[in-house]
Amino acid sequence: MRYHTPATFEDASAIAAATSGVTRFLAGGTDVLVQMRADIVTPDDLIDIKHIPGVKDVVLEDDGCWRIGAAVAGAELTAHAGLCADWPGVVEGMGLVGSTQVQGRATLIGNLCNGSPAADSVPGLAAAGAEVSVVGPKGARQVKVEDIPAGPGRTTLAKGEVIAGVYLPPRGKRGGDAYLRFIPRTEMDIAVVGCAVNLRVDGDKITEARVVLGAVAPTIVVVADAAKALIGSTLDAAALDALAAAASAACRPINDKRGTIAFRTDVAGVLARRAAKIAYDRARGAK
Amino acid sequence: MPLDTKTTGFKYIGTRPDRPDGIDKVTGKARYGADAYAPGMLHGVMVRSPHAHAKIKNIDASKALALKGVKAVVTRADFPTGLEGEDWNIQENCMAGEVALYDGHAVAAVAATSLLLAREAAKLIEVDYEVLPHVTDVDEAMKPGAPAIRAGAADYSVPEGLHPNVMRYIEYGHGDLEAGFAAADLVMENTYKTEATHQGYIEPHACLAQLGADGKGEMWVCTQGHWFVRRMSAAALGIDVANLRVTPSEIGGGFGGKTTVFIEPVALALSRKAGKPVKMVMTRSEVLRATGPTSSSSIDVKMGMKKDGTMTAAKVTMRMQGGAFPMAPIDSALDCAFSCYNIPAVHHEGYDVLANRPKQAAYRAPGSPMAAFATESLVDEMCRALKLDPLKTRLQNASREGTKASFGPTFPRIGLVETLEAAIAHPHYAAPLGPNQGRGVASGYWMNWGGETSVSAALGEDGSVTVSVGTPDIGGSRASMALMAAEALGIPYENVRVNIADTGSLGVNEPTHGSRATYASGLATIEAVKQISTKLCQRAADKWGIPVEAVIWEDGSAKPSGPNAGEFPPLTIGELAAEMGGTGGPISGHFEATPSGHGGSFGTHIVDVEVDPETGYTSVLRYTVVQDAGKAIHPAYVEGQFQGGAAQGIGWALNEEYIYGADGRLQNTVFLDYRIPVASDLPMIDTVIVEVPNPGHPYGVRGVGETGITPPLPAVANAVHAAAGVRLRSLPMSPPRILAAIKAKG
Amino acid sequence: MTQIHVTTTVNCDEVEFLADPRETLLDCLRDKLGMTGAKEGCGTGDCGACSVTVDGRLVCSCLVLGVEAQGKTIETVEGIADGEKLHPLQRKFIQHAALQCGICTPGILVAAKALLAQNPDPTEEEVRYWLAGNLCRCTGYDKIIRAVLDAAVEMREGV
Repeated sequence: MRYHTPATFEDASAIAAATSGVTRFLAGGTDVLVQMRADIVTPDDLIDIKHIPGVKDVVLEDDGCWRIGAAVAGAELTAHAGLCADWPGVVEGMGLVGSTQVQGRATLIGNLCNGSPAADSVPGLAAAGAEVSVVGPKGARQVKVEDIPAGPGRTTLAKGEVIAGVYLPPRGKRGGDAYLRFIPRTEMDIAVVGCAVNLRVDGDKITEARVVLGAVAPTIVVVADAAKALIGSTLDAAALDALAAAASAACRPINDKRGTIAFRTDVAGVLARRAAKIAYDRARGAK
Repeated sequence: MPLDTKTTGFKYIGTRPDRPDGIDKVTGKARYGADAYAPGMLHGVMVRSPHAHAKIKNIDASKALALKGVKAVVTRADFPTGLEGEDWNIQENCMAGEVALYDGHAVAAVAATSLLLAREAAKLIEVDYEVLPHVTDVDEAMKPGAPAIRAGAADYSVPEGLHPNVMRYIEYGHGDLEAGFAAADLVMENTYKTEATHQGYIEPHACLAQLGADGKGEMWVCTQGHWFVRRMSAAALGIDVANLRVTPSEIGGGFGGKTTVFIEPVALALSRKAGKPVKMVMTRSEVLRATGPTSSSSIDVKMGMKKDGTMTAAKVTMRMQGGAFPMAPIDSALDCAFSCYNIPAVHHEGYDVLANRPKQAAYRAPGSPMAAFATESLVDEMCRALKLDPLKTRLQNASREGTKASFGPTFPRIGLVETLEAAIAHPHYAAPLGPNQGRGVASGYWMNWGGETSVSAALGEDGSVTVSVGTPDIGGSRASMALMAAEALGIPYENVRVNIADTGSLGVNEPTHGSRATYASGLATIEAVKQISTKLCQRAADKWGIPVEAVIWEDGSAKPSGPNAGEFPPLTIGELAAEMGGTGGPISGHFEATPSGHGGSFGTHIVDVEVDPETGYTSVLRYTVVQDAGKAIHPAYVEGQFQGGAAQGIGWALNEEYIYGADGRLQNTVFLDYRIPVASDLPMIDTVIVEVPNPGHPYGVRGVGETGITPPLPAVANAVHAAAGVRLRSLPMSPPRILAAIKAKG
Repeated sequence: MTQIHVTTTVNCDEVEFLADPRETLLDCLRDKLGMTGAKEGCGTGDCGACSVTVDGRLVCSCLVLGVEAQGKTIETVEGIADGEKLHPLQRKFIQHAALQCGICTPGILVAAKALLAQNPDPTEEEVRYWLAGNLCRCTGYDKIIRAVLDAAVEMREGV
């Protein structure tokens, strides 16, 4: 295995594009090293992007957009007061990934590129309308977060493409987001179901909403019907019922060692209700 | 063995001094299995079957051996033939012969100059398999048409007509069962199932082995019992036990799972072939796939009860698979099933069944938690049906001194009644509960064990004492031994050093298992150091010129005593020790026996849970363990055993399970998916130490290690019922199962 | 063999080693530097027995490559005591019998020390969640939590 420490994303991309073998990018390493240890993946080229300037930045741009570098660890996000105030749901999704130790290394982009439908940080990012900047042999492009996953363990990134950063849109006024997941323990598990809700209110009325489910289909699911159930409502009982029904209806889960189809379908509705209430309270809160 | 049991007036027993190995273990200095290195050492890696059941047609290691730095490959062909019984089982489990019997079964191993190279080489060993039909569920394995795993291997006990996967059959009982059920106002019968769980010790198996062509070898290994390792390894390799010296490392947990061998004979075989020391360390996934989890079980229980709560009759049938080898713990499971109760008529039936799973190993009170899950769940259901208090009903029927035990003998002095009374009186039992919360109780039993024990004690020139025991210190037993030696000799705790001796230094010792270390090694320690004080009294008598009968040992000194002893100032152990070279030579004590006065330990647990009715998620809110310790030598470590047992039982009840796919492969081979409780899953675990002295130990000790894992399975099930109104008769009570039950109830 | 030369600081000492890029920091600490205090319980970041800090950040050393340690500052269990003087956490762990087999203890001490460095007065719940990635199979965690809380009191009061 060759270990590379490129100084730019263009160089990182070029190394990945030029090799004929198995390539992995290394940021936090909390998935890659596990896969290497378990002989699931043995890269021929491992490209450590942490030597690239800017990868540890969390920056509030002039337009209100947040730019988060590719190697910012979960613990650095949860310690960032400004980001937590704007996007608590995004941060709590990332904060649920693994242990304190894993939080010291794991990154948003790593969680996204691992391609797991159960990735805890991805529904929150998608609900927020986040985009990522992709650097590849054909240049750079911006891609919506929900367009990156292609199925369990797979992404839509082309050979040689690497994600350089995440962009969260300006929070704006009266917005709130939340992420909840279900696991059988309190910590250290993969989501059996995850649900992120991001919304905006005008007074008590919801004017914008996005609802995204995790672990109930081969990729995360942006549930338009669930958002529709919220928009225009004051999160009354009927809206919550419609939300839960839409969330459950959007599930295409499997039976596996972590949960059953029936369980995931039910609990998706339960979490949607609960996450919506938190997001709604946050949107109407002091902020 | 007549013992002069002392139960009060202790100076050191019952105190909580720092453990002697504490500093080593908080500074990273303590050396565990994987912490040993030897000059010229190679690294060994196992090749394991990816199939649940497959004929091994050919193994081609030529590509691996062609790698520079690869020094040896072994297969079953490198082990002797002709072994029988359990020796053959162990050899076969360590290295498959003609057939791979479970996912993860070792089929070959390679040694190379680095671990990375050995891993690479292992991947290059080509094994040609013919996949065979498999079965992993115990009930399926007994059905007609299930693949026969070892046809013709069943023993004489199995009646005609049963599936060849049934290896052993047990049936026993007493009393008139039919009359008992006829006398009952309520008879209930249910079927319960428990899934296999793993001991989950955090330290994977590791050893460093050296074996020469002359058949002489040494091994460093993390184990609960190095004499067992020596015997099993020697048998598997066809060498004499005396030629193999085994030194135990510090051990990072065992819970029964480190009382047998897996990699050790293979490391020795690699070393013999390569002519160099070989280190083998399992990965976590190897630990889960290919060491010794528990049996899974399927249990029918039927009980009869009068309206006032009197139990009239009980019948249990246990079906347990212990992997592809016999010896699932049906015996102890049946013995424990009704041990808590004085029931006039009981009947037990057990089936030991093969399945394509790893060979089960002991796990903390082997068999008892499964039995308790069935029995104690049913007792709870019957108390509910008859509107009886579950603890008072248990007390009403409780086994006590003189009760004919469900498994035959008459109980000596035991402490179940005392634990039940303490539980009833505990504030936890009367504390208020909130919505969706419920309380469960259950009792449990483990009979404990004595076993072969050999201990030496040696007096130092300054009056300090070295005690050498053969039971590895897995949870503070050095402290317990030092306390007992200090008490018996009347010298400060700090003046006793306890060593865990290797197999070359003592007679045979059984492992730290069966809750026996504090009982049996403790008993032997006391008797060994008493020989020192007896000898010291003789030296003092000689010095004073008086008969030894006129000298007593008290507070660490020889003192004249009695009307004709004369007036002499006491001689301290230090003064006598300083002179011992000139007064007769070195002084030591030694005691060896197979003590059998281990008293069983009963426990009663109380647990409060809250069940989320929308997700089936169960959180444990409060937990109290009440258990009889006989006498708590070091109460902090007794509490630790209670708490650790409860935590493991909670894990077994709620989330731990072996999950096999339709292909017979284990699906959860990492801690991410084999869900043992994490710190945030549990509350503080309150403990009440009941002390009903064991007449079979000089200080009244009962083993406390195992009983604690037994009540949690039913106690949590009973609490879930109280909280959510649903009865789960299958473990684990994972959220999907609880939610499905809630939905089914409507 | 393509080994990479790594220079790093471990417990205040500058050390050097050659690492195959596939080897983890845990492998390097144990097999190249002889520091066997950090343990491998799982190799997948699930048990925390290999916990160390890298530039002050708590991580699993099994999830860090040895070559990534270049130029970093690493602290392990071997560096917690000040010479012969035990850290309050170490003393409290012994006093409270917060270890039985002791295999998880090095990782838990490193993790608990990192917690108290950023939160000197944690609640029981905060300790439990912070340590959720440090599996202990022996104790049921009770005495571990008590020892950490007690050490925190002592450290706050500066005894």
